[in-house]
Amino acid sequence: MAERVGRPAPRGLLGRILDSDLFYSFSRSPVTVLAALVTAVMMGAAAFAPWVAPHRPFDLATLDLLDAFLPPAWMPDGDPRYLLGTDDQGRDVLSTIIYGARVSLLVGFAAVFLAMFLGVALGLVSGYMGGTVDAVIMRIADVQLSFPTILIALLIDGVARGLLPRDLHEEMAIYVLIFAIGVSGWVQYARTVRGSTLVEKRKEYVQAAQVIGIRPWVIMLRHVLPNVMGPVLVIGTIHLAIAIITEATLSFLGVGVPATQPSLGTLIRIGNDFLFSGEWWITIFPGAALAILVLSVNLLGDWLRDALNPKLR
Amino acid sequence: MAAEPSAPLLEVRDLRVEIPTRRGVLVAVDGVSFHIDEGEVLGVVGESGAGKSLTGAAIIGLLEPPGRVAGGRILLEGRRIDDLDAESMRRLRGRRIGMIFQDPLTSLNPLYTVGRQLVETILTHTELTPGQARERAIGLLAEVGIPSAAERFDHYPHQFSGGMRQRVVIALALCANPRLVIADEPTTALDVSIQAQIIALLKRLCREHGTAVMLITHDMGVIAETADRVAVMYAGRIVEIGPVREVIKAARHPYTIGLMGSIPLVGHDVERLAQIDGAMPRLDEIPEGCAFHPRCPHAGARCRRERPERIRLGDSEVACWHAGELEGAGALTAGRRRREGEAAARAAERPPPLVELRDLARHFDVSAPFLTRLFSREGRKILRAVDGVSLTIPKGRTFSLVGESGCGKSTVARLAVGLYRPTRGTILFDGQDYAKLDSHAAMAPVRRRLQMIFQDPYASLNPRWRVAEIVAEPIRAHGLARDRGEIRDRVRALLRQVGLSEADERKYPHEFSGGQRQRISIARALASRPEFLVCDEPTSALDVSVQAQILNLMRDLQRELGLTYLFISHNLAVVYYISDYVGVMYLGRLVEWAEARSLFARPQHPYTRMLLDTIPDLEMTGRRRAPVAGEVPSPISPPPGCAFHPRCPLADGRCRGERPEPLPRAGGGEVACHAVEEGRLPEHAPRPLPAREDAD
Repeated sequence: MAERVGRPAPRGLLGRILDSDLFYSFSRSPVTVLAALVTAVMMGAAAFAPWVAPHRPFDLATLDLLDAFLPPAWMPDGDPRYLLGTDDQGRDVLSTIIYGARVSLLVGFAAVFLAMFLGVALGLVSGYMGGTVDAVIMRIADVQLSFPTILIALLIDGVARGLLPRDLHEEMAIYVLIFAIGVSGWVQYARTVRGSTLVEKRKEYVQAAQVIGIRPWVIMLRHVLPNVMGPVLVIGTIHLAIAIITEATLSFLGVGVPATQPSLGTLIRIGNDFLFSGEWWITIFPGAALAILVLSVNLLGDWLRDALNPKLR
Repeated sequence: MAAEPSAPLLEVRDLRVEIPTRRGVLVAVDGVSFHIDEGEVLGVVGESGAGKSLTGAAIIGLLEPPGRVAGGRILLEGRRIDDLDAESMRRLRGRRIGMIFQDPLTSLNPLYTVGRQLVETILTHTELTPGQARERAIGLLAEVGIPSAAERFDHYPHQFSGGMRQRVVIALALCANPRLVIADEPTTALDVSIQAQIIALLKRLCREHGTAVMLITHDMGVIAETADRVAVMYAGRIVEIGPVREVIKAARHPYTIGLMGSIPLVGHDVERLAQIDGAMPRLDEIPEGCAFHPRCPHAGARCRRERPERIRLGDSEVACWHAGELEGAGALTAGRRRREGEAAARAAERPPPLVELRDLARHFDVSAPFLTRLFSREGRKILRAVDGVSLTIPKGRTFSLVGESGCGKSTVARLAVGLYRPTRGTILFDGQDYAKLDSHAAMAPVRRRLQMIFQDPYASLNPRWRVAEIVAEPIRAHGLARDRGEIRDRVRALLRQVGLSEADERKYPHEFSGGQRQRISIARALASRPEFLVCDEPTSALDVSVQAQILNLMRDLQRELGLTYLFISHNLAVVYYISDYVGVMYLGRLVEWAEARSLFARPQHPYTRMLLDTIPDLEMTGRRRAPVAGEVPSPISPPPGCAFHPRCPLADGRCRGERPEPLPRAGGGEVACHAVEEGRLPEHAPRPLPAREDAD
């Protein structure tokens, strides 16, 4: 007698997602679930900062210099209104972190999308066209890879600032930062997409489209692109963590976003001045938030990479 | 053969292999029992998914986790081996049981010389000193037919050709003189001429050493040539087991009967191949009762409920409720209707040519990059994949190209549909030189009229597209429908035409089996209503019963739609079934072409004759064949003169220096051979043409 195994295939989009191998491998890894939870909470808080944050740290009317340098609430002298304490201007550290994460994540996501767009487009063209086009794009990538990313970002940032009129610096800073981090990160995508494109290009479904007489750019977009996006999502996730770090580094060095609109990196830089005078909470808490965010995103990226790679399963 | 009353060499009782997955436990091998006697060759045959490889892996203890032996016993020389610990099993492997895998490339370590791998194995399993081991290794290499074995001893695997590598793998398996060798598809990755040599070698070695062999394969021809007994597996069970002659010539199980009927045979002109509808069930969908009942023409109520056990019938054992009643004798040739009348009519008619290739050539630059060439001072390397091929395909006919790998047949196919641009020559499609067109717009009308069917059904459909989108792509690209409704109707009609259901249009390719995917591929090719279809090995990735379905479908479509085919294949029997004309290619040139019956009945070029001699003798007529020798040389540096001369028994000075041109051949067609031209061609042992017998 044959044994009946397996359940009937579930219906509906949600059912299919819950039944997929990807979700199965996700639910089987507690670390990944925790990382996803942490990431979701931090992103949610950042997205809804005006409603979530207990104070409005950048509304000068609500600030009181008498509240400056208050330690976290559980310490002697702590004020229960300020859970993680306040900084030199009496701003609530927890609220600055939530608003700071908003800037960090905004810059991170935007930079990743820019890098992804550039990298995928160039990689696709490079891999599909081959020949001289391929050689030129890949040599540019090689040259860029021979410099550290942070150096490239600093260079782009410097040049962009030089080109912009001085009075626009403050308001354009965030766009300059996104551009600098995005452009310095496209190479990874381009190389990966080029590799997958070379593999896909030789598959017979691409030849079938060529025989039908589909134009090359349509084949690239409609046939090849959907089939090379898997690894791109993995790189994108890991790149998000790197982009957030890069932004923090640039802001810490003082070439990032201005202090009026601080990111996590800016907060760490500001707090750094008070570290040795005993007000450690001003820099430690934003630092911890940054570390936890980056770690969680990284763990998610690692899981995604393993789950999408059949060889490691 | 040796039917001694003593215990058999290997006995497998009620073997059950399970693969636990998160959706439940899959039973891949279920209640399999058989034995192998000393010195006997047991063939295990079945289509993909039958569980034959897992049975072999379970015996030798190499099941890949999470697969596990969940029941039954395995006894080697009367001792249980399925419960041994890893260390004792390791000692047993190689010493008592040898293993030959399918892919000779991956079963040798590329970093060690062949000699070192042999010596290491010999030292592990025997008491010989290193010096003696070396001697024995060289002896083994010579025995498996490797020329100048002592020299080749120090070579690395990549310095050997595919066939030679498989010989080395066989030598490795025989190092410790095991009593049993498990060979898992040992010839599948090889060219037909090499395949014949490896089969002959295996047979000889087993006879000389008295080694028993469990030969796992999907190829009935290999079984017919080699095995003493054969076990036919279906969905994890043995459905029929018995002496090879009995199973092949008088099958009793409806699956075996269907399987034998679906194999095309050279010499049998048939209208249609017998076909078993459907495909092997997936492991999670094995039906209750007899697993074969949904595909079985004789299935009754009992077959759907109860699983049949094996019962003895003559010298065979069969697991079927109807086993006693079915007349299986002549399953191989029964049901093959003659098509003599039609064939003669087709041959007499001379339709106008639709496609003409004239002196077509395509060279590939395979040189190292410029800088490398500069430093190592080597010139450019040009691969002449196709070098001057001329052929004409009349409207509504099938022209087939056969040849071994690297002969350029697939390149001709890709040239014919415009995937490659020819280096030289012209492609006339309906009188128009297609190769000269260069703008996208100018090519579009021609492109609509020619389409291609590909080899790999798993790679030829975009995995991210639904079937409806895949089939509609040519209709949209050529603007062949006015609106969405018309496209949808057209797609549905196409799906029905290739034997799929309308509901399939919403599915993705991965939800289909290989044969069904090939049907989708055909539906897409037909969508632009083409006149000319190029088919590049369309059935070589499919199981035999599914191959018969696809070949029958292609034939039906040709008759209905008047299609013209250029058919590429390495399988001569398939070519015989489907073709009107056949061309034989060797190293980029067409060495002989003729009307199919004439070519197979009276082959003239020595290479054609050699190829025909590699066809396994499935009808077991016991006909004598010339031994096949040599391998295809590298197409980058083909031999001068006639490229075939190093392997040709008739080669003389002229053949070595001067390239033969194609000349008209007796019986129609052309042949390029000096020996034929000079009339020094010996008589070829004529193929027995049993088509005469099955008239009754």
